[in-house]
Amino acid sequence: MAVPKSALNLVSVLAGLGVWWALSVSGLDIPSPPVVLRRAIDLIGDGTLGGDVVASLRRVLAGFLLGVVAAVPVGFLMGWYPPVRALIEPWIQFFRTIPPLALIPLAIVLMGIEETPKIFVIFLASFLSCVIATLQGVVNVDRTLINAARVLGAKDHTIFARVVIPASSPFILVGMRIGLGSSWATLVAAELIAAQQGLGYRMQSAQLYYDLPTIFVGLISIGVLGLLMDRLLLICERRLTSWQETR
Amino acid sequence: MISLRHVRKVFPLKNEEFVALGDVSLEIRDNEFVTVVGPSGCGKTTLMNILAGLETPTSGQALVDGAPVRGPGPDRGVIFQQYALFPWLTVRKNVEFGLREKGVPSAERKRIADHFIELVGLERFADALPKTLSGGMKQRVAIARAYAVNPSILLMDEPFGAVDALTRVRLQEQLLDTWDQEKRTVLFITHDVDEAVFLANRVIVMAARPGRIAEIVDVALPYPRTEEVRLSPEFAALRNRVWSAVHHQESLA
Ligand SMILES: Nc1ncnc2c1ncn2[C@@H]1O[C@H](COP(=O)(O)OP(=O)(O)O)[C@@H](O)[C@H]1O
Ligand SMILES: [Mg+2]
Repeated sequence: MAVPKSALNLVSVLAGLGVWWALSVSGLDIPSPPVVLRRAIDLIGDGTLGGDVVASLRRVLAGFLLGVVAAVPVGFLMGWYPPVRALIEPWIQFFRTIPPLALIPLAIVLMGIEETPKIFVIFLASFLSCVIATLQGVVNVDRTLINAARVLGAKDHTIFARVVIPASSPFILVGMRIGLGSSWATLVAAELIAAQQGLGYRMQSAQLYYDLPTIFVGLISIGVLGLLMDRLLLICERRLTSWQETR
Repeated sequence: MISLRHVRKVFPLKNEEFVALGDVSLEIRDNEFVTVVGPSGCGKTTLMNILAGLETPTSGQALVDGAPVRGPGPDRGVIFQQYALFPWLTVRKNVEFGLREKGVPSAERKRIADHFIELVGLERFADALPKTLSGGMKQRVAIARAYAVNPSILLMDEPFGAVDALTRVRLQEQLLDTWDQEKRTVLFITHDVDEAVFLANRVIVMAARPGRIAEIVDVALPYPRTEEVRLSPEFAALRNRVWSAVHHQESLA
Protein backbone atom coordinates (compact mmCIF):
# COMPACT_ATOMS: atom_id res chain seq x y z
CA MET A 1 0.00 0.00 0.00
CA ALA A 2 1.36 3.40 -0.97
CA VAL A 3 1.41 6.10 1.70
CA PRO A 4 1.20 9.59 0.17
CA LYS A 5 4.54 11.39 0.18
CA SER A 6 3.17 14.48 1.93
CA ALA A 7 1.82 12.29 4.75
CA LEU A 8 5.26 10.79 5.25
CA ASN A 9 6.79 14.30 5.19
CA LEU A 10 4.38 15.40 7.90
CA VAL A 11 5.07 12.29 10.00
CA SER A 12 8.78 13.00 9.69
CA VAL A 13 8.41 16.63 10.82
CA LEU A 14 6.23 15.63 13.79
CA ALA A 15 8.66 12.85 14.76
CA GLY A 16 11.54 15.33 14.61
CA LEU A 17 9.69 17.73 16.90
CA GLY A 18 8.93 14.81 19.21
CA VAL A 19 12.59 13.80 19.42
CA TRP A 20 13.56 17.43 20.10
CA TRP A 21 10.96 17.67 22.84
CA ALA A 22 12.02 14.35 24.35
CA LEU A 23 15.68 15.39 24.36
CA SER A 24 14.85 18.71 26.03
CA VAL A 25 12.92 17.07 28.88
CA SER A 26 15.47 14.27 29.26
CA GLY A 27 17.91 16.73 30.76
CA LEU A 28 19.87 17.78 27.65
CA ASP A 29 20.53 21.52 27.91
CA ILE A 30 18.25 22.68 25.08
CA PRO A 31 14.97 24.58 25.23
CA SER A 32 11.76 22.66 24.53
CA PRO A 33 9.52 23.51 21.55
CA PRO A 34 6.94 25.46 23.65
CA VAL A 35 9.71 27.61 25.16
CA VAL A 36 11.05 28.41 21.70
CA LEU A 37 7.53 29.08 20.45
CA ARG A 38 6.90 31.50 23.32
CA ARG A 39 10.16 33.30 22.58
CA ALA A 40 9.23 33.48 18.91
CA ILE A 41 5.89 35.05 19.81
CA ASP A 42 7.66 37.60 22.04
CA LEU A 43 10.17 38.44 19.33
CA ILE A 44 7.40 38.80 16.77
CA GLY A 45 5.32 40.88 19.18
CA ASP A 46 8.00 43.51 19.83
CA GLY A 47 8.95 43.67 16.16
CA THR A 48 12.45 42.27 16.65
CA LEU A 49 11.97 39.17 14.52
CA GLY A 50 10.25 41.11 11.74
CA GLY A 51 13.06 43.66 11.66
CA ASP A 52 15.71 40.95 11.66
CA VAL A 53 13.98 39.02 8.90
CA VAL A 54 13.68 42.13 6.73
CA ALA A 55 17.32 43.08 7.33
CA SER A 56 18.58 39.58 6.54
CA LEU A 57 16.31 39.06 3.56
CA ARG A 58 17.44 42.37 2.10
CA ARG A 59 21.07 41.34 2.33
CA VAL A 60 20.51 37.84 1.02
CA LEU A 61 18.36 39.03 -1.87
CA ALA A 62 20.66 41.91 -2.80
CA GLY A 63 23.79 39.74 -2.70
CA PHE A 64 22.11 36.81 -4.40
CA LEU A 65 20.52 38.82 -7.21
CA LEU A 66 23.67 40.84 -7.88
CA GLY A 67 25.58 37.58 -8.00
CA VAL A 68 23.16 36.05 -10.52
CA VAL A 69 23.04 39.19 -12.65
CA ALA A 70 26.83 39.23 -12.86
CA ALA A 71 27.29 35.46 -13.17
CA VAL A 72 24.98 34.82 -16.11
CA PRO A 73 26.74 37.07 -18.66
CA VAL A 74 30.19 36.10 -17.38
CA GLY A 75 29.27 32.40 -17.57
CA PHE A 76 27.94 32.86 -21.11
CA LEU A 77 31.08 34.67 -22.23
CA MET A 78 33.26 31.99 -20.69
CA GLY A 79 31.29 29.20 -22.32
CA TRP A 80 31.12 30.88 -25.72
CA TYR A 81 34.67 32.20 -26.02
CA PRO A 82 37.34 29.72 -24.87
CA PRO A 83 39.99 32.47 -24.40
CA VAL A 84 37.69 34.32 -21.99
CA ARG A 85 37.22 31.08 -20.09
CA ALA A 86 40.96 30.47 -19.94
CA LEU A 87 41.50 33.98 -18.58
CA ILE A 88 38.76 33.92 -15.93
CA GLU A 89 38.56 30.31 -14.82
CA PRO A 90 41.73 30.22 -12.62
CA TRP A 91 40.34 33.08 -10.54
CA ILE A 92 36.98 31.47 -10.14
CA GLN A 93 38.53 28.17 -9.10
CA PHE A 94 40.80 30.02 -6.69
CA PHE A 95 38.05 32.02 -5.00
CA ARG A 96 35.85 28.95 -4.84
CA THR A 97 38.33 27.30 -2.51
CA ILE A 98 38.25 30.24 -0.06
CA PRO A 99 35.33 30.06 2.39
CA PRO A 100 33.44 33.40 2.32
CA LEU A 101 34.08 33.73 6.07
CA ALA A 102 37.79 33.99 5.37
CA LEU A 103 37.22 37.02 3.15
CA ILE A 104 35.45 39.01 5.82
CA PRO A 105 38.54 40.62 7.38
CA LEU A 106 39.61 41.76 3.94
CA ALA A 107 36.11 43.01 3.11
CA ILE A 108 35.96 45.03 6.34
CA VAL A 109 39.32 46.66 5.74
CA LEU A 110 38.48 47.52 2.15
CA MET A 111 34.79 48.39 2.48
CA GLY A 112 34.17 49.47 6.03
CA ILE A 113 31.49 48.08 8.31
CA GLU A 114 28.34 49.20 6.54
CA GLU A 115 26.12 47.04 4.33
CA THR A 116 28.64 46.88 1.47
CA PRO A 117 31.00 44.20 2.85
CA LYS A 118 28.09 41.99 3.98
CA ILE A 119 26.37 42.14 0.63
CA PHE A 120 29.73 41.66 -1.06
CA VAL A 121 30.51 38.33 0.56
CA ILE A 122 26.99 37.05 -0.17
CA PHE A 123 27.36 38.32 -3.73
CA LEU A 124 30.60 36.40 -4.10
CA ALA A 125 29.10 33.17 -2.79
CA SER A 126 26.14 33.43 -5.14
CA PHE A 127 28.25 34.57 -8.11
CA LEU A 128 30.69 31.69 -7.81
CA SER A 129 28.11 28.90 -7.77
CA CYS A 130 26.01 30.50 -10.48
CA VAL A 131 28.86 31.27 -12.86
CA ILE A 132 30.04 27.65 -12.83
CA ALA A 133 26.53 26.41 -13.54
CA THR A 134 26.03 28.85 -16.40
CA LEU A 135 29.37 27.84 -17.90
CA GLN A 136 28.37 24.18 -17.67
CA GLY A 137 25.07 25.01 -19.34
CA VAL A 138 26.68 26.75 -22.29
CA VAL A 139 29.36 24.09 -22.72
CA ASN A 140 26.70 21.39 -22.70
CA VAL A 141 24.49 22.91 -25.40
CA ASP A 142 23.91 20.21 -28.00
CA ARG A 143 26.04 21.00 -31.10
CA THR A 144 23.32 19.56 -33.32
CA LEU A 145 20.87 22.19 -32.10
CA ILE A 146 23.33 24.93 -32.98
CA ASN A 147 23.88 23.36 -36.39
CA ALA A 148 20.13 23.03 -36.84
CA ALA A 149 19.76 26.76 -36.20
CA ARG A 150 22.62 27.60 -38.55
CA VAL A 151 21.17 25.62 -41.43
CA LEU A 152 17.87 27.39 -40.84
CA GLY A 153 19.68 30.67 -41.48
CA ALA A 154 20.37 31.83 -37.92
CA LYS A 155 23.36 34.13 -37.36
CA ASP A 156 25.57 34.10 -34.27
CA HIS A 157 23.54 36.55 -32.17
CA THR A 158 20.24 34.80 -32.84
CA ILE A 159 21.83 31.43 -32.15
CA PHE A 160 22.87 32.88 -28.83
CA ALA A 161 19.48 34.34 -27.98
CA ARG A 162 17.28 31.60 -29.38
CA VAL A 163 19.35 28.46 -28.79
CA VAL A 164 22.15 28.91 -26.28
CA ILE A 165 20.14 30.82 -23.69
CA PRO A 166 17.09 28.55 -23.64
CA ALA A 167 19.19 25.39 -23.89
CA SER A 168 21.31 26.37 -20.90
CA SER A 169 18.44 27.71 -18.78
CA PRO A 170 18.00 24.45 -16.82
CA PHE A 171 21.64 24.63 -15.72
CA ILE A 172 21.33 28.31 -14.82
CA LEU A 173 18.25 27.67 -12.71
CA VAL A 174 19.99 24.85 -10.86
CA GLY A 175 22.94 27.20 -10.36
CA MET A 176 20.59 29.83 -8.97
CA ARG A 177 19.26 27.37 -6.43
CA ILE A 178 22.76 26.39 -5.37
CA GLY A 179 23.67 30.09 -5.28
CA LEU A 180 20.71 30.84 -3.05
CA GLY A 181 21.81 28.07 -0.71
CA SER A 182 25.31 29.49 -0.48
CA SER A 183 23.90 32.99 0.00
CA TRP A 184 22.01 31.85 3.08
CA ALA A 185 25.02 29.92 4.28
CA THR A 186 27.11 33.07 4.04
CA LEU A 187 24.54 35.30 5.72
CA VAL A 188 25.45 34.49 9.31
CA ALA A 189 29.13 35.02 8.53
CA ALA A 190 28.32 38.31 6.81
CA GLU A 191 26.35 39.52 9.81
CA LEU A 192 29.41 39.01 11.98
CA ILE A 193 30.46 42.34 10.53
CA ALA A 194 29.12 44.77 13.08
CA ALA A 195 25.48 44.39 12.18
CA GLN A 196 22.75 46.19 14.14
CA GLN A 197 20.04 43.86 12.99
CA GLY A 198 19.53 40.56 11.21
CA LEU A 199 18.96 36.91 12.05
CA GLY A 200 22.66 36.07 12.17
CA TYR A 201 23.41 39.10 14.33
CA ARG A 202 20.54 38.22 16.70
CA MET A 203 21.89 34.71 17.17
CA GLN A 204 25.39 35.92 17.83
CA SER A 205 24.29 38.41 20.45
CA ALA A 206 22.06 35.75 22.03
CA GLN A 207 25.09 33.51 22.20
CA LEU A 208 26.74 36.02 24.60
CA TYR A 209 23.90 35.53 27.10
CA TYR A 210 23.45 31.76 26.61
CA ASP A 211 20.01 32.71 25.25
CA LEU A 212 19.26 29.37 23.59
CA PRO A 213 15.56 29.99 22.76
CA THR A 214 16.49 33.06 20.68
CA ILE A 215 19.21 31.08 18.90
CA PHE A 216 16.63 28.41 18.09
CA VAL A 217 14.19 31.00 16.76
CA GLY A 218 16.96 32.39 14.56
CA LEU A 219 17.97 28.97 13.25
CA ILE A 220 14.42 27.94 12.49
CA SER A 221 13.71 31.28 10.77
CA ILE A 222 16.75 30.91 8.54
CA GLY A 223 15.79 27.34 7.72
CA VAL A 224 12.17 28.16 6.95
CA LEU A 225 12.99 31.25 4.87
CA GLY A 226 15.68 29.38 2.95
CA LEU A 227 13.31 26.51 2.29
CA LEU A 228 10.53 28.85 1.13
CA MET A 229 12.82 30.69 -1.27
CA ASP A 230 14.20 27.40 -2.58
CA ARG A 231 10.67 26.10 -3.21
CA LEU A 232 9.81 29.35 -4.99
CA LEU A 233 12.81 28.94 -7.29
CA LEU A 234 11.95 25.28 -7.78
CA ILE A 235 8.48 26.25 -8.96
CA CYS A 236 9.99 28.78 -11.39
CA GLU A 237 12.41 26.11 -12.56
CA ARG A 238 9.63 23.61 -13.18
CA ARG A 239 7.63 26.21 -15.09
CA LEU A 240 10.52 27.41 -17.22
CA THR A 241 12.02 24.03 -18.01
CA SER A 242 8.93 21.88 -18.36
CA TRP A 243 9.91 21.35 -22.00
CA GLN A 244 12.72 19.01 -20.97
CA GLU A 245 12.40 15.34 -21.76
CA THR A 246 11.93 13.59 -18.45
CA ARG A 247 15.08 11.74 -17.52
CA MET B 1 22.33 21.51 -59.35
CA ILE B 2 24.84 20.06 -56.92
CA SER B 3 28.37 19.18 -57.96
CA LEU B 4 31.20 17.78 -55.96
CA ARG B 5 34.59 18.00 -57.64
CA HIS B 6 37.40 15.86 -56.28
CA VAL B 7 36.28 16.45 -52.73
CA ARG B 8 38.70 15.20 -50.11
CA LYS B 9 38.22 15.49 -46.37
CA VAL B 10 40.98 14.63 -43.95
CA PHE B 11 40.57 14.74 -40.20
CA PRO B 12 43.76 15.16 -38.22
CA LEU B 13 44.06 12.54 -35.51
CA LYS B 14 46.67 12.49 -32.74
CA ASN B 15 49.64 11.35 -34.80
CA GLU B 16 48.17 10.46 -38.16
CA GLU B 17 45.56 11.67 -40.57
CA PHE B 18 42.21 10.07 -41.17
CA VAL B 19 40.91 10.24 -44.71
CA ALA B 20 37.14 10.46 -44.31
CA LEU B 21 36.57 11.18 -48.01
CA GLY B 22 39.12 10.16 -50.60
CA ASP B 23 38.30 11.74 -53.91
CA VAL B 24 34.58 12.14 -54.39
CA SER B 25 33.08 13.60 -57.54
CA LEU B 26 29.35 13.64 -58.11
CA GLU B 27 26.64 15.60 -59.90
CA ILE B 28 23.01 15.75 -58.82
CA ARG B 29 20.38 17.23 -61.11
CA ASP B 30 17.60 19.55 -59.94
CA ASN B 31 14.63 17.75 -58.43
CA GLU B 32 16.48 14.47 -58.43
CA PHE B 33 16.03 12.13 -55.45
CA VAL B 34 19.41 10.61 -54.72
CA THR B 35 20.11 8.18 -51.90
CA VAL B 36 23.53 7.43 -50.45
CA VAL B 37 24.08 4.05 -48.89
CA GLY B 38 27.18 2.51 -47.40
CA PRO B 39 28.73 0.98 -44.30
CA SER B 40 29.04 3.18 -41.27
CA GLY B 41 32.19 5.28 -41.23
CA CYS B 42 32.35 5.61 -45.03
CA GLY B 43 31.90 9.36 -44.84
CA LYS B 44 28.19 9.79 -45.61
CA THR B 45 27.60 12.34 -42.86
CA THR B 46 30.83 14.13 -43.74
CA LEU B 47 29.68 14.39 -47.35
CA MET B 48 26.36 15.87 -46.25
CA ASN B 49 28.00 18.29 -43.83
CA ILE B 50 30.19 19.60 -46.62
CA LEU B 51 27.15 20.25 -48.82
CA ALA B 52 25.33 21.81 -45.85
CA GLY B 53 28.28 24.12 -45.27
CA LEU B 54 28.91 22.79 -41.77
CA GLU B 55 32.31 21.36 -42.80
CA THR B 56 34.77 22.55 -45.44
CA PRO B 57 36.52 20.11 -47.78
CA THR B 58 40.26 19.71 -47.28
CA SER B 59 40.62 19.97 -51.03
CA GLY B 60 38.25 19.94 -53.99
CA GLN B 61 35.05 21.89 -54.35
CA ALA B 62 31.39 21.63 -53.43
CA LEU B 63 29.21 23.72 -55.75
CA VAL B 64 25.51 24.49 -55.59
CA ASP B 65 24.13 26.00 -58.78
CA GLY B 66 27.69 26.73 -59.82
CA ALA B 67 28.64 28.70 -56.68
CA PRO B 68 31.01 27.24 -54.09
CA VAL B 69 29.39 26.42 -50.75
CA ARG B 70 30.47 28.88 -48.05
CA GLY B 71 28.65 28.03 -44.89
CA PRO B 72 25.05 27.02 -44.31
CA GLY B 73 22.23 28.75 -46.13
CA PRO B 74 18.46 28.60 -46.34
CA ASP B 75 18.71 27.27 -49.90
CA ARG B 76 19.77 23.94 -48.36
CA GLY B 77 17.54 22.36 -45.75
CA VAL B 78 19.09 19.77 -43.47
CA ILE B 79 17.38 17.00 -41.57
CA PHE B 80 19.62 15.51 -38.94
CA GLN B 81 19.75 11.95 -37.75
CA GLN B 82 18.89 12.96 -34.18
CA TYR B 83 15.83 15.10 -35.12
CA ALA B 84 17.46 18.23 -33.62
CA LEU B 85 14.13 19.84 -32.76
CA PHE B 86 14.31 22.73 -30.31
CA PRO B 87 12.75 21.06 -27.28
CA TRP B 88 11.57 24.35 -25.72
CA LEU B 89 9.52 25.30 -28.79
CA THR B 90 6.19 23.86 -29.84
CA VAL B 91 5.87 22.04 -33.14
CA ARG B 92 4.60 25.21 -34.82
CA LYS B 93 7.36 27.39 -33.36
CA ASN B 94 9.93 24.85 -34.50
CA VAL B 95 8.55 24.95 -38.02
CA GLU B 96 8.48 28.76 -37.90
CA PHE B 97 12.09 29.04 -36.71
CA GLY B 98 13.72 29.48 -40.11
CA LEU B 99 10.93 31.79 -41.28
CA ARG B 100 11.57 34.09 -38.34
CA GLU B 101 15.23 34.23 -39.27
CA LYS B 102 14.16 35.22 -42.77
CA GLY B 103 12.05 38.04 -41.32
CA VAL B 104 8.70 36.67 -42.51
CA PRO B 105 5.86 38.52 -40.68
CA SER B 106 4.06 36.53 -38.03
CA ALA B 107 0.71 35.96 -39.74
CA GLU B 108 2.46 34.74 -42.87
CA ARG B 109 4.73 32.55 -40.74
CA LYS B 110 1.80 30.87 -39.14
CA ARG B 111 0.12 30.27 -42.49
CA ILE B 112 3.24 28.65 -43.96
CA ALA B 113 3.92 26.61 -40.83
CA ASP B 114 0.36 25.31 -40.74
CA HIS B 115 0.60 24.32 -44.38
CA PHE B 116 3.69 22.17 -43.82
CA ILE B 117 2.47 20.77 -40.52
CA GLU B 118 -0.60 19.62 -42.38
CA LEU B 119 1.54 18.22 -45.19
CA VAL B 120 3.26 15.89 -42.73
CA GLY B 121 -0.04 15.10 -41.02
CA LEU B 122 0.63 16.65 -37.61
CA GLU B 123 -2.05 19.36 -37.44
CA ARG B 124 -3.37 17.90 -34.19
CA PHE B 125 0.03 18.37 -32.58
CA ALA B 126 0.81 21.89 -33.80
CA ASP B 127 0.89 23.30 -30.27
CA ALA B 128 2.54 20.29 -28.61
CA LEU B 129 6.09 20.23 -27.30
CA PRO B 130 8.53 17.79 -28.94
CA LYS B 131 8.80 15.72 -25.77
CA THR B 132 5.22 14.57 -26.22
CA LEU B 133 5.88 13.19 -29.72
CA SER B 134 7.10 9.79 -30.87
CA GLY B 135 10.35 9.44 -32.83
CA GLY B 136 8.55 9.20 -36.15
CA MET B 137 6.48 12.30 -35.39
CA LYS B 138 9.58 14.25 -34.40
CA GLN B 139 11.21 13.37 -37.68
CA ARG B 140 8.12 14.61 -39.54
CA VAL B 141 8.35 17.91 -37.67
CA ALA B 142 12.00 18.14 -38.73
CA ILE B 143 10.92 17.56 -42.33
CA ALA B 144 8.22 20.24 -42.09
CA ARG B 145 10.71 22.64 -40.51
CA ALA B 146 13.20 22.10 -43.32
CA TYR B 147 10.52 22.44 -46.00
CA ALA B 148 9.09 25.64 -44.51
CA VAL B 149 12.07 27.82 -45.45
CA ASN B 150 11.55 26.64 -49.02
CA PRO B 151 15.02 25.27 -49.75
CA SER B 152 15.68 23.99 -53.24
CA ILE B 153 17.80 21.21 -51.77
CA LEU B 154 17.04 18.84 -48.91
CA LEU B 155 19.87 16.99 -47.20
CA MET B 156 18.69 14.14 -44.99
CA ASP B 157 21.00 12.09 -42.79
CA GLU B 158 19.53 8.69 -41.92
CA PRO B 159 16.30 10.41 -40.92
CA PHE B 160 14.41 7.18 -40.34
CA GLY B 161 17.27 5.30 -38.70
CA ALA B 162 15.73 5.35 -35.24
CA VAL B 163 12.13 4.40 -36.02
CA ASP B 164 10.67 0.91 -36.16
CA ALA B 165 10.34 -0.97 -39.45
CA LEU B 166 6.59 -0.45 -39.91
CA THR B 167 6.68 3.27 -39.15
CA ARG B 168 9.68 3.57 -41.42
CA VAL B 169 7.72 2.26 -44.42
CA ARG B 170 4.94 4.76 -43.74
CA LEU B 171 7.41 7.62 -43.38
CA GLN B 172 9.08 6.66 -46.66
CA GLU B 173 5.76 6.72 -48.49
CA GLN B 174 4.87 10.01 -46.85
CA LEU B 175 8.21 11.53 -47.77
CA LEU B 176 7.78 10.57 -51.41
CA ASP B 177 4.28 11.95 -51.27
CA THR B 178 5.58 15.25 -49.89
CA TRP B 179 8.36 15.30 -52.48
CA ASP B 180 5.80 14.64 -55.20
CA GLN B 181 3.72 17.65 -54.12
CA GLU B 182 6.68 19.93 -53.46
CA LYS B 183 9.54 18.90 -55.72
CA ARG B 184 13.05 19.42 -54.33
CA THR B 185 16.50 18.08 -54.95
CA VAL B 186 16.98 15.47 -52.25
CA LEU B 187 20.14 13.84 -50.98
CA PHE B 188 19.02 11.12 -48.62
CA ILE B 189 21.53 9.14 -46.55
CA THR B 190 20.66 5.70 -45.26
CA HIS B 191 22.29 2.43 -44.35
CA ASP B 192 19.19 0.50 -45.38
CA VAL B 193 19.46 -0.96 -48.89
CA ASP B 194 15.69 -1.37 -49.33
CA GLU B 195 15.09 2.21 -48.32
CA ALA B 196 17.82 3.44 -50.67
CA VAL B 197 16.27 1.69 -53.67
CA PHE B 198 12.66 2.42 -52.78
CA LEU B 199 13.11 6.19 -52.61
CA ALA B 200 15.69 6.98 -55.25
CA ASN B 201 16.15 8.02 -58.82
CA ARG B 202 19.75 7.04 -58.25
CA VAL B 203 21.54 5.14 -55.50
CA ILE B 204 25.11 6.14 -54.66
CA VAL B 205 26.91 3.25 -53.01
CA MET B 206 29.85 4.34 -50.89
CA ALA B 207 32.77 2.36 -49.53
CA ALA B 208 35.04 3.05 -46.56
CA ARG B 209 38.78 3.48 -45.96
CA PRO B 210 39.05 5.83 -47.67
CA GLY B 211 35.45 7.08 -48.05
CA ARG B 212 34.62 6.95 -51.75
CA ILE B 213 31.90 6.20 -54.27
CA ALA B 214 31.95 2.50 -55.09
CA GLU B 215 29.08 2.34 -57.55
CA ILE B 216 26.12 4.34 -58.81
CA VAL B 217 22.91 2.44 -59.54
CA ASP B 218 20.13 4.02 -61.60
CA VAL B 219 16.66 3.14 -60.36
CA ALA B 220 14.35 3.24 -63.35
CA LEU B 221 11.22 2.37 -61.38
CA PRO B 222 8.10 4.50 -61.86
CA TYR B 223 6.75 6.95 -59.26
CA PRO B 224 4.54 6.84 -57.28
CA ARG B 225 6.34 4.00 -55.61
CA THR B 226 3.52 1.83 -54.41
CA GLU B 227 3.58 -1.42 -52.51
CA GLU B 228 3.31 -3.06 -55.90
CA VAL B 229 6.63 -1.51 -56.91
CA ARG B 230 8.19 -2.58 -53.64
CA LEU B 231 7.18 -6.19 -54.23
CA SER B 232 8.05 -6.28 -57.94
CA PRO B 233 10.86 -8.46 -59.37
CA GLU B 234 12.49 -5.31 -60.86
CA PHE B 235 12.76 -3.84 -57.36
CA ALA B 236 14.20 -7.11 -56.06
CA ALA B 237 16.82 -7.19 -58.82
CA LEU B 238 17.94 -3.63 -58.08
CA ARG B 239 17.95 -4.28 -54.35
CA ASN B 240 20.16 -7.34 -54.87
CA ARG B 241 22.56 -5.35 -56.99
CA VAL B 242 22.86 -2.56 -54.40
CA TRP B 243 23.09 -5.13 -51.63
CA SER B 244 26.13 -6.83 -53.15
CA ALA B 245 27.72 -3.47 -53.93
CA VAL B 246 27.39 -2.55 -50.25
CA HIS B 247 28.26 -5.90 -48.73
CA HIS B 248 31.00 -7.16 -51.01
CA GLN B 249 33.38 -4.25 -51.11
CA GLU B 250 37.08 -4.73 -51.46
CA SER B 251 39.12 -2.49 -49.23
CA LEU B 252 41.81 -0.24 -50.64
CA ALA B 253 43.48 0.15 -47.29
N1 LIG C 1 35.31 15.77 -36.59
C1 LIG C 1 35.91 14.58 -36.83
N2 LIG C 1 37.16 14.34 -36.37
C2 LIG C 1 37.77 13.14 -36.62
N3 LIG C 1 37.22 12.13 -37.30
C3 LIG C 1 35.98 12.30 -37.77
C4 LIG C 1 35.25 13.53 -37.56
N4 LIG C 1 34.03 13.42 -38.14
C5 LIG C 1 34.01 12.18 -38.68
N5 LIG C 1 35.17 11.52 -38.47
C6 LIG C 1 35.51 10.17 -38.94
O1 LIG C 1 35.27 10.11 -40.32
C7 LIG C 1 34.70 8.87 -40.68
C8 LIG C 1 33.45 9.11 -41.48
O2 LIG C 1 32.47 9.64 -40.62
P1 LIG C 1 30.98 9.89 -41.06
O3 LIG C 1 30.99 10.83 -42.21
O4 LIG C 1 30.22 10.29 -39.86
O5 LIG C 1 30.56 8.43 -41.55
P2 LIG C 1 29.12 7.82 -41.78
O6 LIG C 1 28.11 8.94 -41.65
O7 LIG C 1 29.17 7.21 -43.13
O8 LIG C 1 28.94 6.76 -40.73
C9 LIG C 1 34.43 8.11 -39.40
O9 LIG C 1 35.41 7.09 -39.27
C10 LIG C 1 34.58 9.13 -38.32
O10 LIG C 1 35.18 8.56 -37.18
MG1 LIG D 1 26.52 9.20 -40.26
